[in-house]
Amino acid sequence: MERVLTSYIRALRSAGAQVSTAETLDAMNALALIGYADRIRMRETLGIVLAKSEDDKLIHERLFDQFFARAEAAPEDQSDAGDGDASPSDAPQSNPGEGSPDGGAPGQGGEDAFFQLARSGDEARIALALEQAAAASGADDIRFRTQTAFFTRRMLEEMGVRQLEERMVARLQNGSPEAQAEADELAAARAAMQTRAREYVDRLFDVFGRSATEAFLDDVVVNRPIGELSLRDMERMKAVVARMAKRLAIRHSHRRRKRRRGHLDIRRTMRANVRYDGTPFDLIWKEKRRDKPQIVAICDVSGSVAQYVRFLLLLLYALQEGIADLRAFAFSARLMDVGPILKTRDFDSAMKTIVREAGGGSTDYGQALCDLEALEPDLIDRRTTVLVLGDGRTNRTDPRLDIFSSIADRSKRIVWLCPEPPGMWGSGDSRIPSYQPFCTVLSHCATAQDIERAVDEALAAYG
Amino acid sequence: MTQTSPTSGFAPAITPQGLTSPEAVTSSLASVGYISTRSISTAVYLAHHLRKPVLVEGPAGVGKTDLAQSLSRALEYPLLRLQCYEGLDESKALYEWKYGKQLLYTQILKEKISELIGASDSLDASFRKLAGFQDLFFSRDFLEPRPVLRAMEQTSGSILLIDEIDKTDEEFEALLLEVLSDYQVTVPEIGTISAKVPPLVFLTSNATRELGDALRRRCLHLHIGFPDSERERLIVRARAPETPDMLLRQLVAFVQAVREENIRKLPSISETVDWARTLLLMHADRLDPDLVRDTLSVILKRQSDILDIAVKADQLTRTALEAAAGPG
Repeated sequence: MERVLTSYIRALRSAGAQVSTAETLDAMNALALIGYADRIRMRETLGIVLAKSEDDKLIHERLFDQFFARAEAAPEDQSDAGDGDASPSDAPQSNPGEGSPDGGAPGQGGEDAFFQLARSGDEARIALALEQAAAASGADDIRFRTQTAFFTRRMLEEMGVRQLEERMVARLQNGSPEAQAEADELAAARAAMQTRAREYVDRLFDVFGRSATEAFLDDVVVNRPIGELSLRDMERMKAVVARMAKRLAIRHSHRRRKRRRGHLDIRRTMRANVRYDGTPFDLIWKEKRRDKPQIVAICDVSGSVAQYVRFLLLLLYALQEGIADLRAFAFSARLMDVGPILKTRDFDSAMKTIVREAGGGSTDYGQALCDLEALEPDLIDRRTTVLVLGDGRTNRTDPRLDIFSSIADRSKRIVWLCPEPPGMWGSGDSRIPSYQPFCTVLSHCATAQDIERAVDEALAAYG
Repeated sequence: MTQTSPTSGFAPAITPQGLTSPEAVTSSLASVGYISTRSISTAVYLAHHLRKPVLVEGPAGVGKTDLAQSLSRALEYPLLRLQCYEGLDESKALYEWKYGKQLLYTQILKEKISELIGASDSLDASFRKLAGFQDLFFSRDFLEPRPVLRAMEQTSGSILLIDEIDKTDEEFEALLLEVLSDYQVTVPEIGTISAKVPPLVFLTSNATRELGDALRRRCLHLHIGFPDSERERLIVRARAPETPDMLLRQLVAFVQAVREENIRKLPSISETVDWARTLLLMHADRLDPDLVRDTLSVILKRQSDILDIAVKADQLTRTALEAAAGPG
């Protein structure tokens, strides 16, 4: 059983749950107490001992049934008596009449053993053979769905399919009807075992490989330029962004106060030390309260930039808990407040409405800045971070640098995210270089990861 | 099996009747009106037998704190409760020196001390004499135990409830690690004080802050979520026994439906119980939309949520009535 448990913990780890060695020991102790008889109780016990967060609990719930469906397929006596490498003599001798050759280790079983195994219909024996072959071929290491065929073949070879195939070929070349019939029988046996092995590898993939694949795909999505994302990537992206937001929130939510050593809080010190007759035993330092981030996001929603805006807003809105005040504006020609739309509708339809209402029309940064000042003249103060997302292509209109510089003076910082690479800045009607001196940070922002980094930086200013 | 479990350092555990099996935990909790689930009972059972603290997480008002309180009633163990808040430190949680008493005693013993020292002729000798007494003022007599240390000092079983651990600073979490893994408190002036009988430790958290891995690893982890309608009915029946059966089914079905809605603060079990009591006071025997609208503030705690649900009250009530009339 210990082997099964460690194997299960390996599966949990490969699925992304964090299980330490100490917890493995706890799990063994707990199972020793609870016993293995009651499947549901066992699941609950392992959930309590191994999965230490809500995410881990979900992973555990999903994996447990998959995993133990597999373990159960293996006969009971293997885990109890086998203890490590189950030797072939453990295999139940269910066909005593035929005197099946139990001597050979798996791999040297010979075509006879393979054939008889396939024809025996003895589920326990087949399951055991599959289990052994899987262990011998290292099929637990499966990471991608495309490896299924490879590991299936490896398992079959471990079980001695090669000898069977040789004999099959020989019989086919023989050409006589009896030989043909035998060859057919051999082929049927081979096909049957192949199906079984394949099912087995599929299950292994579900347990050990699926999460690795998911993690890999997530990684790809995060690092792919947003403009090139396909519709399927988008769905994945939503989950990834939710996780990003959680990460950012955790990083920036706690510690709203910071001790400043060196500045004595005289009033509180005196009060705290009254009980010591006024002798200052406990010194209390002044604390500095940190401001909660206030963010004003101004997003260009024309054409290709809209895609980026989508992610920025998705991320910001997922972060809302940690941000005291989040205002979002979108513009192409005129500026509009998109907060109410985002708050009342689900994200996809909100984005559509925003692009329809604010998008279209030629981009005019100057007009947008003008509108911002007219709409909310008191919006920006020294605690505000202004996030601008846009390519800075003004269509040769006045960039209104005067307004931009006054915003820069009043705000805590301006972070400009530009989807275009630095080489393009200043080419054609791009006025990025004119805006650059007023920005605290101006960064090229192509992938979801870039956006995360930029938001992280914006929030870090409040640390 | 017992030699592998970390119990060896302590006196043999006396397992009370209520902890002999997960089922026993369920029934002893039921006897004090706490409706347990399999995982809650298993966690309590494991906590006792593996000598591990339990970290209980879940939304507010699902009975995390109540679990510890009910258990203390069921097992007749004393409950030592430490309410956490930002800035909580060891002098509030572990121990504190009785400074006043120390000062007073020095004053009273002043003459005695000068007598003692006066007898010796050299500075060196008097110093050595004084050194012999220095432990006097830093002994157990001058130590004021706070909840955690008090729990260590209990001679029979006890329950230590560390409530809302996520409200404290990270430093405090680190302070607790010694208590949680070895059931001991180290006082620099005295030494290490080990628990006579390890208490059952419960830590609760609403996840306002991510807890450290070190803490998580030392604990068993129990997640209590919102109950299904059957368990919720049992709980309301246990807490507000006079509720008519029909009303009970209807109000539970309604609350369950509200939890499906997209609102900021979902109603928890304690709110369902409050609502049942409210409706009892109003002598209602069945739900109707007007009644629901009038009493929504009992289950919803945000104005925006109340407005949202008030609009849908008719439809939600109808669904709840149907669900309550059906089987299950």
